[in-house]
Formats: sequence, C-alpha cells, structure tokens
Amino acid sequence: MPSPSLFFAQLFNGLALGSLLALVSAGLTIILGTLGVLNFAHGAMFMVAAYVAWWTMVATQSYVLAALAACAVLVVLGMIIERGIIQFYYSRPPEDQILVTFGIGVVLVEVIRVIFGGISHSMPVPDWGSGIVNMGFLIYPKYRVLALGIIAVALLALYLVLYRTRLGLIVRAGIEDQRMVGLLGINVKRTFLAVFALGSLAVGFAGAVYAPIIAVNPEMGEQLLVQSFVVVVIGGLGSFPGAVIGGLIAGEILTLTTMFNPAYSHVMLYLAMAVVLVLRPQGLFGVEGRE
Amino acid sequence: MSNKNDDSRMSSGHETDAALSRRSFMKSSAGVVGGLMVPSIFSLAYAADGDHPAVGNYPAGVQGDTVFVGISVPLTGPYSTEGADEQRGYELAIAQLNAGDSRIKKISPNTKQGVLGKKVVHEVADNETDPNTAVQANTRWIRDKKAMMITGSVSSAVAIACEKLAQREKTPYLACISGSNDTTGKDCQRYGFRSCPFAYNSAKAQAPILADALGKDRKAVYLVPDYTYGHTVYDSMTEFTEALGWKTVGKQLAPLGTSDFSSYLLNIANSDADVMVNIAFGADAANSTKQAKQFGILDKMAYVVPYMSPFLADEVGADIMQDVYGVQDFWWTMADDNQIAKDFVDAFEEKYGDKPRWSAAAAYMQTALWADAVERAGTWYPPAVVKAYEDESVTRDTIYGEAHWRACDHQLVRPIPVVKGKKPADMRNKDDFFEVVGMSGAEEVMPACDHFGCELGPYT
Repeated sequence: MPSPSLFFAQLFNGLALGSLLALVSAGLTIILGTLGVLNFAHGAMFMVAAYVAWWTMVATQSYVLAALAACAVLVVLGMIIERGIIQFYYSRPPEDQILVTFGIGVVLVEVIRVIFGGISHSMPVPDWGSGIVNMGFLIYPKYRVLALGIIAVALLALYLVLYRTRLGLIVRAGIEDQRMVGLLGINVKRTFLAVFALGSLAVGFAGAVYAPIIAVNPEMGEQLLVQSFVVVVIGGLGSFPGAVIGGLIAGEILTLTTMFNPAYSHVMLYLAMAVVLVLRPQGLFGVEGRE
Repeated sequence: MSNKNDDSRMSSGHETDAALSRRSFMKSSAGVVGGLMVPSIFSLAYAADGDHPAVGNYPAGVQGDTVFVGISVPLTGPYSTEGADEQRGYELAIAQLNAGDSRIKKISPNTKQGVLGKKVVHEVADNETDPNTAVQANTRWIRDKKAMMITGSVSSAVAIACEKLAQREKTPYLACISGSNDTTGKDCQRYGFRSCPFAYNSAKAQAPILADALGKDRKAVYLVPDYTYGHTVYDSMTEFTEALGWKTVGKQLAPLGTSDFSSYLLNIANSDADVMVNIAFGADAANSTKQAKQFGILDKMAYVVPYMSPFLADEVGADIMQDVYGVQDFWWTMADDNQIAKDFVDAFEEKYGDKPRWSAAAAYMQTALWADAVERAGTWYPPAVVKAYEDESVTRDTIYGEAHWRACDHQLVRPIPVVKGKKPADMRNKDDFFEVVGMSGAEEVMPACDHFGCELGPYT
C-alpha cells in the first residue's frame, strides 16, 4: 500500500496534470461545440506553440515574451487555417473535416521537422519557477505548482469570456443551435473566425505553459491530442465546464493508477471513457442530442 | 557459367542421325525431350553466380549490375532522431562501398567496388516505430524490388518483427538499434543479425563499474518502458547489479511515447532509493531525464541510463548528464586509439559536418560487416551468405575493436564502451559529452549460447 504522503502527492499531481489537460481540452471543446469541427490538428498546434515559446525563450530569455509570442502566433495561425481551409468544410460531412484537420496536423508537424529537425529541444524553466518546493507531504517542482495557478487563472479568464461577454453568449448559443444564431442576424462567419481564434489562443497558451516541463519535439502533441479527446468525451462534447472537470478526472485517473500499477494508468483512462460512454453517452456535462 | 553448360546439353540432344532405326529414334527422341527439359529446370532453379538453387530473392535480385537493399527506420515518433541518424550511417557506408573507398575495405578486406561487383542501391522508408509498418515496407521491397538485404530499427519490437519476416523470405535482416535480449535470444532467426550491445552484455559490462563508482550497497529504482526492450534491460540490470550487492526497490512501467512522467517520478522520489536507473530511450529518455531533474531526483540520487540513447546529452545538456553512467554502442572519442573508428568519424564529419552518434555508427558497421560477409561467401546465395556470417574463424577490426559473429545466435561479439558524462567545464568541444570509463572484453560479457533459448531457423 502506498503511504498517505505519496497518496496526497499523487492527488496533487493529478490536479496539476489535470489542469493542463483541461486547458488543452478547453480549446478543443470550444471549437468542436460551436463549429462542429473535430480539430485533429489541435495536438500539432499545441506543438507549434511550444516551439514558438522555446525559440522565443532562447532568443530573449523572457518567459513572458515567450508566452505572448506563442499566443500571438497561434491566434494568427488559427485564423489562417480557419479562413484558408476550415471554413469550406463546415457544411461537409464530419469525416471530411477529420481528414482535412488531420492533414493540417501532419503538415504542421513536418514543417516543424524540416525547420528544426526531429531532435528534442529543452526549454529552460524561467528563473522564478526553477527549484523545488517542499510542501511537507511532497516535494514538487516549483514551476509545476506555479503553472497550476497560471492555468487556473487562464481557465477563469476563458470562463469569463464565455459566460460574461457578448461573444461568449453567441458562442454558447452557437453550441446549442447554430442555425438559429444565424437567423437572428448575427454575423456567423465572423463569429466562427473569432471562436477558432479563441480555441487557438487557449492551445497556444497551453503550449507555452507546458513547454518548460516536457521535451519540445515534433511529436509532442500526439499523446496530448488523444488524451484531450478522452477528456472531451468524458466531460461532454462542447461543454466548457465538462472540459475542466473531465481534465481533472483524467489527471487523477492517470496519476492514482500509476501509484498502484503504472502499467495500467492509460488503460484505466480509456476504461473510464468507456464507462461514461455506456452510462451517459453525451458525457458528464453534455446535453443529449447535441451534435 | 551454368547457362553455357545448359546450352551444350541442349545441343547434344539435337544431334540425330539421318538414318534412324526405331530404337535409335526412340533414344534420341527421349534425348531431345530430356534435353529440352533440363535447361528449363536449370534456368528456373540455378542462378548466375554458382550452382545454387533459387532461395529468397536469389537469383532474381542479382541479375543486373545493381543490388537493392531496403532501409526502414523511424522518421516520425519518439525514436525519429535516432532513425534519421541511422539513415546517415547507412548512406555513408553505401557511398563508401560503391566508391570502393579504402576506409571501408579495412573492415571488409575483400571489397573492391560495390558488393561482389554490383552497385548497391537503396530506398528508405519511415517505419514509424511500428512493427506492422516496418513489415509492410520490407515486404514491398522484397516482392517488388527483389531486395537482397533489409535493415533498420530503433525498437526491438520492430527488429524482431523484421527478422521473422527475413526468415520467412530468406533475405538477411540487419537489426540496427535493438536492446532486447530476445532479438538474438528467444526470437533469434537464421536470417537476423545484430551488432549493437543488448540488455545482457551491456548490463554485465557496466555493473562492476557502477558498483566501483557508486558503491555496492545501493538501492535502485527503475523507470522501464513497457515492452520487450524495457523488460529485458530491467531483467539483466537487476541480475548483474544485485549480484554485486545492489537492492532493487521499485519498478515503474511507462508506455512508449509518454510525455509527462510526473506520476512515475513521484513514486521514484518517494522510493527511498539512492540510484535511479532510467531505461527509457529516444524522446522518452529526454523527457523523463529533464523531468527527473525538475523533481529534484537527480540532486538526491545517482543517475544511471544503462542503454543510453544516442542523442540524450544533446537533448538535455551537459549540466544534467554530468556524472551519469551508461552504455553506448560507440562514442566518437574511441577514435583516439582506434584507426578504423577514426576513419569512420572523419568520413562522417566530412559528409555531414557533425561528430557521429551511435545510431549512425551501428548502421555503418552493420552495412560494412554485411558487405564483408557477402564478399567472403563469394555468392549472393542467401544460405551461403548466412554461413559466411557464421564462420567464427573470421575476426575483423571494427570501430569497436576486434569483433566476430557468433554462429549460435548471430550476435556480434565485440568490446562494449561504458561511458560517464563529463562536467561541462571539462568538455573540449560542444560534442565532448562523455568519457569512456571502461571497455569490456568481448567474449566475457556474452551469455552462454543457450541462455536465452535461441534456436535459429532453417537455411532454406
């Protein structure tokens, strides 16, 4: 049996890991819920953000600039992808959307590989985040503790945008009934662009926050993409609170299982997804019948 | 040769006399029929460079002036850096063979130009570190391109799948990076060959050095990739370190391609071990090492990477890698006292502008030793090439030192370098990450032939 201190340490670690999954999944679920597009390029966009953050950090030694650059580049990239490709796919079948976004993901990964090679790069932890903190029951990297706070603030900001602004109102209305929103005279085209940019901003920020923790390489987004799909399925398609709660649940499942049997941690995650799909197919916070 | 003989037999069948008796007519008719049949059988079954029956792609693959080899390496996924580097090693060796470069002739003394006078042509495919993708690519080359050799791997799961295919197709397969005991152990194949160190001999080579440097009463905790490579390195490392007094206090299995190791590392940090042994490879090794540092583990535990990824130091930096122990197939400073290694390092630098890492070194050596085996066989007939490999009387000078192939399991018997990370202040240049702190003897670190239950399959 693991000791109580290890249990609490893993519980905390689950929270930290889960918050990151929540942030990545939030971007995915906003785009999916509003635009109905399952964005398979999401993992690759996360990777691009991490590369921008790493490159900027190495060039300027400023983490703030790195995060800003990652967000800015991702918003622009998101808008180019939406205007250039995705907008032509809104009325096409889901399989076409999956294929085209998957293709965009492959292109992004290969472009980065051509520019920077396949080798892993290491983004340094900013000075204010280096070292470890001793919380009594656990010793934990200071940066990860701070990242948890940063992500909480980012999720709160996203919540405020979605629930306290006119754009958020339109987005949430769009999640419920896209056609009706259009019939009410709202410029759906511009709103869609804004939504895609918002989702890209979320993933850009996640990439910048995560880059000092993991090795930056062209494949880094792949595993995260799969896990954030699981989070979205558990939380409910298109639901922002669902993404947050789903992320935390996924984080806890991964870490707590590791404590007992590391080999089963990912199996348990998919098992949890299967259980949710059987008992509540629309996800924990999803609305039945939503597409 | 055999074609000429066939023609002469055929013409003898046509020598019939104008004045025929019934008996002589019957005899000569039988001769004609027999004579017509003989060449057809011969042309089907016997080939251009000796009296050998058709086996694998022989003789179809050696009819022209070129011979095809298929190289499947991971160019995407967690092992893509090593895969791309293997490609550079293969292409350097092939270029040297085709040019008849004097440097590669030191490893393969019978080489003149190409291999048995034929130019080597190749294609490269991305095996995605996936056994099925690798088998598909190799199958296509064997069927469509009549490949006479296939090669490339960073994952033992891929290497084992490819050597099984090689056995079915009777086409030699050269594993490149493959650390599992199974590759030349329970899954060994008559048509599979491995030159790099593997779990058993790398563990046996480094265990005494670790015990000397870190102490004999250590408690070790392991981070283990959850597939054949990780399991067998774990088995061998625990076997040899426990024999010297170490105690194993934990084993964390992580899936291939994990990016966030935090939950495993928390368990390790809480394990009261004083040595962390990390078996992860490629991008996984870079990720887990970087995160272990962030969790403060590397400041309170000694760190051992027993089967060290070729680019780990490049990826995480000398600060983290200083004082870290492990085994590599080759480290470029071995060129300081080995002319063949120096030739290789110089040629590699000439062509690519970098010091080589061991992914390229293993690819280069495997190709050179394959050329040597084919030249010694004097024929492309696959069983003869395999038998040339199995001739234990032949030793060759290599970039590792003197080496020979073992007939019983097709493992190269060669010295193994144990390395230790240099302090950043001691580095002579940006590539000078390691010093070689020990070279094992070749034979003494090998398992007994039957230790892992290797049974090579049939020749034909």
